[in-house]
Amino acid sequence: MMELLETFIKTLTAINDDIRIWNPLIWVLAIIIALLVVYIIRGFGRRDYKEGTGQTQAFLSGNPEYEKEKMHVPGENVYWGFTHALKWVYDIFNKMHTGNVSDYVLWFVVIMGIFFLILGVI
Amino acid sequence: MSMVIDWELILQHSPALIVAIPLLGAFLTPLIGRIGPKVRNGFVVLIALVTSFFVFLLSNDILTNGSIRTYVFGGGKPLINNRFAIRILFEVDGLNAFMIIIGAILVLVAVIYSLKYMKEYTGLDKFYTLLLLMSVGMFGMMMTGDMFNLFVFLEITSIAASALIAFWTSKGKSVYAGLKYMVISTIGALFILFAIAILYSQYNALNMAVLASSIQYSFLDKIAFVLLIAGLAMKAGIAPMHMWMPDAYGRAPASISILLVGATQASLYALFRVTFTLYGNNLTAILKHIELDLLGNSIEFDITLNGVLGILFIALAVITIIIGVIMALKQTDFKRLIAFAAVAEMGYMLLAIGAAITTIGGIDPETGAMIIPAQGLMALKGGIFHILNDALDIGLLFLVAGAVYYATKETSLNKLGGLARNMKYTTVFFFIGLFAVAGMPPMNGFASKLMIYESTYLINPILAIVAILCSILLLAMFIKVLHSVFLGPKIPKFKGVKEVPKTMLFAMAIIACIIIFIGLFPNIVVENIVTPATEALHNFSNYIGGILI
Repeated sequence: MMELLETFIKTLTAINDDIRIWNPLIWVLAIIIALLVVYIIRGFGRRDYKEGTGQTQAFLSGNPEYEKEKMHVPGENVYWGFTHALKWVYDIFNKMHTGNVSDYVLWFVVIMGIFFLILGVI
Repeated sequence: MSMVIDWELILQHSPALIVAIPLLGAFLTPLIGRIGPKVRNGFVVLIALVTSFFVFLLSNDILTNGSIRTYVFGGGKPLINNRFAIRILFEVDGLNAFMIIIGAILVLVAVIYSLKYMKEYTGLDKFYTLLLLMSVGMFGMMMTGDMFNLFVFLEITSIAASALIAFWTSKGKSVYAGLKYMVISTIGALFILFAIAILYSQYNALNMAVLASSIQYSFLDKIAFVLLIAGLAMKAGIAPMHMWMPDAYGRAPASISILLVGATQASLYALFRVTFTLYGNNLTAILKHIELDLLGNSIEFDITLNGVLGILFIALAVITIIIGVIMALKQTDFKRLIAFAAVAEMGYMLLAIGAAITTIGGIDPETGAMIIPAQGLMALKGGIFHILNDALDIGLLFLVAGAVYYATKETSLNKLGGLARNMKYTTVFFFIGLFAVAGMPPMNGFASKLMIYESTYLINPILAIVAILCSILLLAMFIKVLHSVFLGPKIPKFKGVKEVPKTMLFAMAIIACIIIFIGLFPNIVVENIVTPATEALHNFSNYIGGILI
């Protein structure tokens, strides 16, 4: 049983014994089969669905729906929670990215100095 | 009368022609531009096609035969009257061939894309002249076997690139970005020149092979090494010296951003060439022997150059990846976001190469090649493979961003939206770029990133974990772009937006097809292109022997 499993995993990950990259053709086939299964499951969906009726309207806690254009979430708001939680990291990185070319050169000098210290001293 | 084509003769002169043709084309472009824009455009496309033809001809010969081709300008022999002759050499081995293939694809695509993308702007004679000059510098950097020549081509690339970044002079920020790039490039190049001067003063030679066989890793050599690494790493956009990249990539026209990716990778190539070839003989040198007495147990170990350098590269790579993805996630400008993603991608390549460097166990006295274990070789292959994939993936995304700008005159993610309805093909290309850059199957990025993950995991699992996590963040950031630019309801401002012209779609399609092909058949690319490039890198004695005969 284990041997069978091992052979199966090998088929998925190796093109031949020398090159162990991945076997894309088998994976693509697997993805196509998965999509087909999804499509078949979709076919079992509700048949009483009607477009343009109340069924398709967004429910916003009973509030009226805004115009479609105003409903679009702009890029700035996507991952707001993530960026807000990492605010302290962004504060550090923002301080680094001043946009001032002399600061860019300063970082170059700093890195060169670190290289000098490590490679020169050892 | 029958005409016989002497392919060997053409192959012999190919290294020179790859640089000479675009150089001639660059200076003829303003003249031909006097006839008319269509003739000029046709001429530039022809130049790009002919150059690409020679690139593929030369690369095919080198990659299939495993040979090294040299082209000598000047003195016919290395030594005349027991002194080094004045001669400049182009030396093309597997790694050079690999790099010029990338360069040719990028130049050809950039030219085709520019035909319509830049059509409405004036000063296009100068634009195409500079574009061809930039490709001259790029190809020159990728093929030269001479250190001073490397500096010259680096400067040609930088000057042409600065002017092209600032091409939209009506936009103040473009001009400022061009100036910043000029300052950074000049300072980096000056330190590189200083390093070359140090080497020349000691060894009376500029030829890479001669220098590689002479360098003793003296204190002066150490200084030169540090200057070269720092200068080239800055030009390659390694953090925290990457800050010019978002400015330059973000403000340049999209077709120039894709060429800048090539120029950045040419610097990365030079960094690897300096490390593996120029200092190849000294890479496993013992810097210090340490003896420790721990609770009565004597522990002895050696600190080697490759160990220290590998760790330094890995540290810089991890910083580069993390800064790249974290900063990209909060960007609201489409092109600036891709630029930060490009920074992160550079980190992946350096991570793989750094990991490979740490595993070098010595130099085989018989073959002259570096002794690298299987995981190190896998890392090296992954890193090299990712150079190609990164150029294609990031390049495609820049072209998509350019297409969106062309259609909407907008790059802000806060203002764009719902474009998938109007720009179906561009959306498909974006999907391909998105999956590729995030390392999702079945795209090319997955194949090379998997090699990087696997090999770095064997070297140090933490590195693989960081790499995988940051790839997930890369996917997340491009999902944000997908949502902000292409999905969502129709924005009234963009109701009249149409799909971009066919030539622009064709340029994107070329890259998209290569991405899918590499993704589905990575073994073909790894066996035929990546492996010879990797072998050329660690079997550096062949490169030295290619000239010193």
